[in-house]
Amino acid sequence: MSLRRLRLGYLPLLDASPLIVAAELGFAREEGLELDLVRLRSWAQSRDMLGAGLIDAAHMLVPMPVGQALGLGPPQPDVDLVMFLAQGGQVFAVNTTLEARLRVEGHGFDLTDAWAAGQALRRVVTGRLRVGVPFRFSTQLELTEHWLSACGFEPDSLALLTTPPPMMADALVAGEIDAFCVGEPWGSVAADRGVAALLLAGTAIWAAPPEKGLTVRRDFAEERPDETGALMRAVARAGRWLDAEDHRGTAVELIVHPDYLDLPWDLIEPGMTGELSVSGRGERRSLPGFLTFHAGAASFPWKSIAALFAVRMARLHGLDPQLAMARAMGHFRTDLYRQHLRPAGIPLPGASMRVEGTLDEDRTVPAEKGQMILRADRFFDGFTFDPALVLSSTN
Amino acid sequence: MQKRLSILVVEPDPERAQLIVDGLRQVGDHDIRVISEQAGLARQVTELRPDVVLIDLTNPSRDIVEELAVAAGPNERAVAMFVDRTDEHLTRSAIEAGLSAYVVDGLRPDRIKPILDAAVTRFHMARRMRAELAATRAALEERKIIDRAKIVLMKARGIEEEEAYALLRKTAMDQGKRVSDIAQQLVMASGLLCR
Repeated sequence: MSLRRLRLGYLPLLDASPLIVAAELGFAREEGLELDLVRLRSWAQSRDMLGAGLIDAAHMLVPMPVGQALGLGPPQPDVDLVMFLAQGGQVFAVNTTLEARLRVEGHGFDLTDAWAAGQALRRVVTGRLRVGVPFRFSTQLELTEHWLSACGFEPDSLALLTTPPPMMADALVAGEIDAFCVGEPWGSVAADRGVAALLLAGTAIWAAPPEKGLTVRRDFAEERPDETGALMRAVARAGRWLDAEDHRGTAVELIVHPDYLDLPWDLIEPGMTGELSVSGRGERRSLPGFLTFHAGAASFPWKSIAALFAVRMARLHGLDPQLAMARAMGHFRTDLYRQHLRPAGIPLPGASMRVEGTLDEDRTVPAEKGQMILRADRFFDGFTFDPALVLSSTN
Repeated sequence: MQKRLSILVVEPDPERAQLIVDGLRQVGDHDIRVISEQAGLARQVTELRPDVVLIDLTNPSRDIVEELAVAAGPNERAVAMFVDRTDEHLTRSAIEAGLSAYVVDGLRPDRIKPILDAAVTRFHMARRMRAELAATRAALEERKIIDRAKIVLMKARGIEEEEAYALLRKTAMDQGKRVSDIAQQLVMASGLLCR
């Protein structure tokens, strides 16, 4: 049987693992696909290459297609997010000056207490806190903004500055930023160099923060439904494999390869296993559920997540929240997820929209067929987001 | 008289930058600057207030320029830039050449087009040169590894160079592989055996 070739764009980050595993461990081949993985250097490049049809599918930050749907970027053909690739994997880190002040304060760097970390940070920061984030439309930006404003940082005391992940450590050293929020392995890279200390995991702010998604052009999904479905099934199976017991070590072996992440094993391993070191001096912290690819419906592209990001962006950019929400939700394709992943036996939630932030712990719920487990998704401050409330409110 | 346009080229490689600047000089009297240092890029771009920013599509610093383009408020004309999409054909050829162009809002397309055409041409040239250089290097590496494999065979089997090469070639043909791949395997295996 001849294989159909698809070109996939990705950035060298841990959460590209489902794409690499799908290509390397035969999941794509079983679906009749040959995947060409194209390593990209910036998120803008990913967006432009997908828009121009130079790649068939792309690894993107979950808020990117939302920003695009809201017209907050260059005009492009319609792009849809068909599934999430990963939840979590983000760390917030501070420079060594702030680290020293936090230690004097007696802060324990447990990486899990967002209140304690936020309050301590507020006590030791003088002037404006400049935080590097990977992109204007990123989960890192949303997490940082939500967390620090809830902890009492006023908007003008916070500057969120776009800094490409591989440059985070250098930007800290150059004094361009004081702290950063980034996806692994780039937090561990900076800590290992001795220029940063990890302060908090993204999952401590929001237990299930959707991080990356698989995106395709709408015309591609419509004109080539078979390939779209095959790709989604291969990636979903790779995600399920990644979350199975004892597979993370093998995954690390695959992704450290020079063709992919091209970084030393011991810098990749912490994020993949959730065994992170606070600083170059060690201080290991064990964080179960730090990075999830599939379990607990982690790959299901809830329309309520599109709505949540859309409403936040609409407020920031002076757009109508209801309109923004309606537009963004149309680009998170729960319909394609159901259609293409049902045959693979992937559990499907009964609804496509929910109130975000209500699950304190993992919960078993009725699924389309039988039952399934949904991951805990609480915010550290008890924040919840109900799309229906936004829709029913009159401006 | 029309105001001179200020064009900023973000390019760390001095040779490539010069190639692009030379191309731009031929299409008009513009104020052209080059930033090679990635540090402080956002600050530099904001201070220079360029009309056009040209940057390699694959440059990781693009996301920083993107930030300046998207975050602009309605009154901040100087950074109200967008990835240029005025001409679909031109946009596509730019992307294929590996060029991304940010153009200040409100510039007339007939002023931008000659600049982008020139930049696309130069980016193509730069890309071709880089590909040729990479191909030359790869060919050189292959030659080296084949020479080493020949020596391994000559020593191990007491044969002449010509015969050693013929053996490599035949093995490659039988296995449907390239001579350099067989040579690579042989050199690696002999390295393992001898140590």
